[in-house]
Amino acid sequence: MSAVAPPPPAPAPAGAPAPARRSARDSSASWRWSDRLGLAFAWTLGLLFLAVTAAIVLYMMVQGIRYVRPVLFVTHPAQGVSEADSGGFLDPLLGTVIVAAMAMAIAFPLGLAIGVWLSEFGNPGWLARLTESTIEMLAGSPSIVFALFGTLLFEQGALAFLSRTNDGVVYGRSFFAAAAMLSLIALPLMVTNVREGLQAIPGHVREASYAVGKTRIATVRRVLLPAARPSVVTGAMLGVGRVIGDTAIIVILLGATLRFNGAGDVPLLSTLKGTGSTLTTFVYQNAPTGEINQPEKAFAAGFVLLSMVLALNFAVDVAARRGRRWR
Amino acid sequence: MSHTEIPTPPPVRRLPLTGAEPRVVVDAPAFVSAPRRKLDGTPLAIDRMHVDRLSIAYGSKLAVKEVSLPIRQGEVLALIGPSGCGKTTLLRSLNRLTELTKTASMKGRILLDDEDIATLEPTALRRRVTMVFQQPNPFPMSVFDNVAYVLREQASRRPRKAALQGAVRSALERAGLYDEVAADLSHPALRLSGGQQQRLCIARALAANPEVLLLDEPCSALDPQSTQVIEELIVALREQVAVVIVTHNLQQAYRIADRVAFMYLGELVESGPAEQVFGSPREARTREYVSGGFG
Repeated sequence: MSAVAPPPPAPAPAGAPAPARRSARDSSASWRWSDRLGLAFAWTLGLLFLAVTAAIVLYMMVQGIRYVRPVLFVTHPAQGVSEADSGGFLDPLLGTVIVAAMAMAIAFPLGLAIGVWLSEFGNPGWLARLTESTIEMLAGSPSIVFALFGTLLFEQGALAFLSRTNDGVVYGRSFFAAAAMLSLIALPLMVTNVREGLQAIPGHVREASYAVGKTRIATVRRVLLPAARPSVVTGAMLGVGRVIGDTAIIVILLGATLRFNGAGDVPLLSTLKGTGSTLTTFVYQNAPTGEINQPEKAFAAGFVLLSMVLALNFAVDVAARRGRRWR
Repeated sequence: MSHTEIPTPPPVRRLPLTGAEPRVVVDAPAFVSAPRRKLDGTPLAIDRMHVDRLSIAYGSKLAVKEVSLPIRQGEVLALIGPSGCGKTTLLRSLNRLTELTKTASMKGRILLDDEDIATLEPTALRRRVTMVFQQPNPFPMSVFDNVAYVLREQASRRPRKAALQGAVRSALERAGLYDEVAADLSHPALRLSGGQQQRLCIARALAANPEVLLLDEPCSALDPQSTQVIEELIVALREQVAVVIVTHNLQQAYRIADRVAFMYLGELVESGPAEQVFGSPREARTREYVSGGFG
């Protein structure tokens, strides 16, 4: 959208060297002073943001590499008063992985289905519009709101089987509760990306499939979703990024306990019904302002978390680059 | 599964190929530069479809007004006319693709082998009346799978590849593409050249073994060489299927069409043998259009 006409060549300031023979579009030296000021402003801001981002990432990386030790990955966290006796972050790391997997197990199929429905069916129209504004609302809500709603929901007796109960009191804190609410954070990213990926496919490709006697469903499954795969993958990975970065829901709905604290006797189910933590709450508690206050651990865990998010972003870039084949 | 059944539509009445050689027509009107590739004499033609007083409206805007037209196997029917005259709408109504537009409404009848197409299942109709589009649009899969997709039932992955080899090959051969892609049928279809992609789309449309083949400006995105290959293909195909082509290119219509229908503002102004419509049009509007007066 560069519909802006090239500015008329400004009269050369007195005493300035003769302007080089280039078109006005090529050289900003011939621009009006206000345009040149704007350009300088844009560059300054751009570089500033770049510098801030680079500083954060570099600082975290340097600090993280200083403190991260292989042994931290395989050691349970422990109550301790010094960096040496407070253990590692095995439980939070596993917690991050479990929470991401569970949340995406809900958000991926649901987001895919909603995205496909919005793009390919969207009938009746009022329901589609309602769905779209709901998705936008979910995308705009702070996660702590979901967390609060989650406590209310999972403390209901009917959902007691999903968390620890004690004398009829339902705790409402478990991996199930946290993952269910976290999936709401990933859902809008999933829906938006799936829908946009499908809408980027030209209409005549759909019609080509209908024109050989295929139904809408067959077209979606065999033609459109394979074509939109990069967008689907992008949506899923952005969703995972949001899920593993969330703190509020973990603190409120997962309990943010130092270690896994199972409920019940069934081996795996007891962990999922119990409480735990993720890297985000581990960093929060180990930060100088947190209750454990072991900054070296916080830096090490933050480094791991940041690496995971950067790896996801890189994967998104790769996935997005392998798309758009009709343009 | 011990035996696999290939779902193919019921057999279609086929015309025997005539042995006539292509003949160059020398007395072409001045505005036509390329020679005609036409068979000698009037080809034997059978009615396959009949459009009967068809009107189509988008909302309140009438796009096609009271059109009646036969569509015959053994002939290439070209729909010509200026942009927005309703020729593509008419074409799309023949396999009920117009129904995908929510605002479209239709009056009149279209018969396919004496059956009203409104009574047919759209998916069944669209296998008998297939379509090729303006932009080559292979699906993002291999050359083989593009054709096999049409042969398989809806979203099914069966029959397996081995059972479909013969049918896929024959469709590619009919579209004149087999020799070029035979070496690697697993090649991604989107990496073929534009002309090859369009012939793959034709192969796809032929794989369903249709009675009528609809072509919506199939050469407008292609270079002259690919256009020539596809034009020759279309002329050859009319023996097996009824061919309807929408084209903006009058020279193309003159080169390949046996019958020409000229549409203007949704009305069918004139239709008849190509020689007559181009050589001695009855209507003044047709005369102006074919001599480049407007549109």
